[in-house]
Amino acid sequence: MRHLLGTDGLDPATALAILDTADGLKRTLLGREVRKLPTLRGRTVITMFFEDSTRTRVSFEIAGKWMSADVVNVSSSGSSVKKGESLRDTALTLAAAGADCVIVRHPASGAAHRLASWLGHTGTSVVNAGDGTHEHPTQALLDMATLRDRLGGVEGRRIGIVGDVLHSRVARSNVHLLTSFGAQVVLVAPPTLLPTRIADWPVGAAGSLTVAHDLDPELPTLDAVMMLRVQAERMHGGFFPSAREYAITYGLSEARAAMLPEHAVVLHPGPMLRGMEISAAVADSPRAAITEQVANGVHVRMAVLYHLLAGEEEAV
Amino acid sequence: MPPRPRGAPEPAGQRELLSAGDVARTIARMAHQVIEKTSLGASGARPVVLLGIPTRGAPLAHRLAARVAEFSGVEVPVGTLDVTLYRDDLRRRPTRPLGQTALPPGGVEDALVVLVDDVLFSGRTIRAALDALRDVGRPRAVQLAVLVDRGHRELPIRADYVGKNVPTARTEEVHVLFTETDGRDAVRLHRAGDPE
Repeated sequence: MRHLLGTDGLDPATALAILDTADGLKRTLLGREVRKLPTLRGRTVITMFFEDSTRTRVSFEIAGKWMSADVVNVSSSGSSVKKGESLRDTALTLAAAGADCVIVRHPASGAAHRLASWLGHTGTSVVNAGDGTHEHPTQALLDMATLRDRLGGVEGRRIGIVGDVLHSRVARSNVHLLTSFGAQVVLVAPPTLLPTRIADWPVGAAGSLTVAHDLDPELPTLDAVMMLRVQAERMHGGFFPSAREYAITYGLSEARAAMLPEHAVVLHPGPMLRGMEISAAVADSPRAAITEQVANGVHVRMAVLYHLLAGEEEAV
Repeated sequence: MPPRPRGAPEPAGQRELLSAGDVARTIARMAHQVIEKTSLGASGARPVVLLGIPTRGAPLAHRLAARVAEFSGVEVPVGTLDVTLYRDDLRRRPTRPLGQTALPPGGVEDALVVLVDDVLFSGRTIRAALDALRDVGRPRAVQLAVLVDRGHRELPIRADYVGKNVPTARTEEVHVLFTETDGRDAVRLHRAGDPE
């Protein structure tokens, strides 16, 4: 694997290999005092975040450090981006400075793909850590790892993705990955927060993708429900009348959570808006796997770095 | 692969070094040596832990432990120790899948750890195993048991228990087969590139 740009086009065998590696790493590090492996000694990983982030950036940084890579963090404020340097020049600079892998988050959809094509001749790997409303592959992989832990797998399972699908790269990446592993995905959202032409989304042959506007009738059928954050920063205009109305119609309250089957898992990619898309009581309940998602995130990102950087270099 | 009838000619470039019976006898002999050298069962003897290195060191460790228990009456804890993340040749090969690490419940702290692998060649796997072992605890001492020592060491490493010494050419390959992983027991010598 040279880059990880999205789950669309990620072949299921590779995705499975990454998940198995993540699982192995998790078991290897379990209960250890020293959580450090020498595997990526001497490799340099640069995170380049042009959008705010807590868990993704920290998780990549910890992942790199636990594998003994040298991790350097660049953010748009405090870098030459502020002086007007282009994304391309910044990336070429980082590659020339010796980055073996650049992890990029950018508000523009497609930024990671552009970066990968600009860095094509350098041998530097690119990981998409979220590009606009397009993809966030490591989030989908860590969600899958969490669902494998909790449900044993997703084949034939019904997974609801609820909320602001329109602006959600997490939803897109998850739909590709979940359906390629045979899950039945249902997107639940008001019509204003659903993208057009969902029917054109690539769906794995073994899985299926459907759309619903009412949450309550779906709840009893779900094995897992993934609540999405309402992304106010990407909303320019009225997508719903008020936050209160959204919370009442699409928020996962205690009463709604009680309608889920006993075994159903509640996921949230974070950051959570408690009281908006999820109530505090549900977020802190045992069926919520939100902190497990974060813990799995580190192992999944270690696995991604392992698959990108530890093997023989592929021909450029 | 079905067993070759007795007396049938070997495929060109292949030679069976140990038959299934030889493998069983060799492991039994190694078990006796482990019991003797570690003073197993004697009062004041250090606890012994066998750690197999995946893939084929793992079944070998379990068999060795079973024989040790049979001959000495002492149940020795067995585990596996994956060394993939500690290898120094990761970048020379396509990405390797990880093996399983499963330490026995008591861990390795202050124990006499016997690392178990199928073939000892360059010694690099054992070097990686020593590094991996350092990260999971501090054994009192570490020993090494291998079914086949084929020579060509690249590091100052030697085995404490050797099932069979086999002089080989660098271009040859030694394949250890176990029922658990390969459907039958045997040790075979192949010229490089020959199909199994």
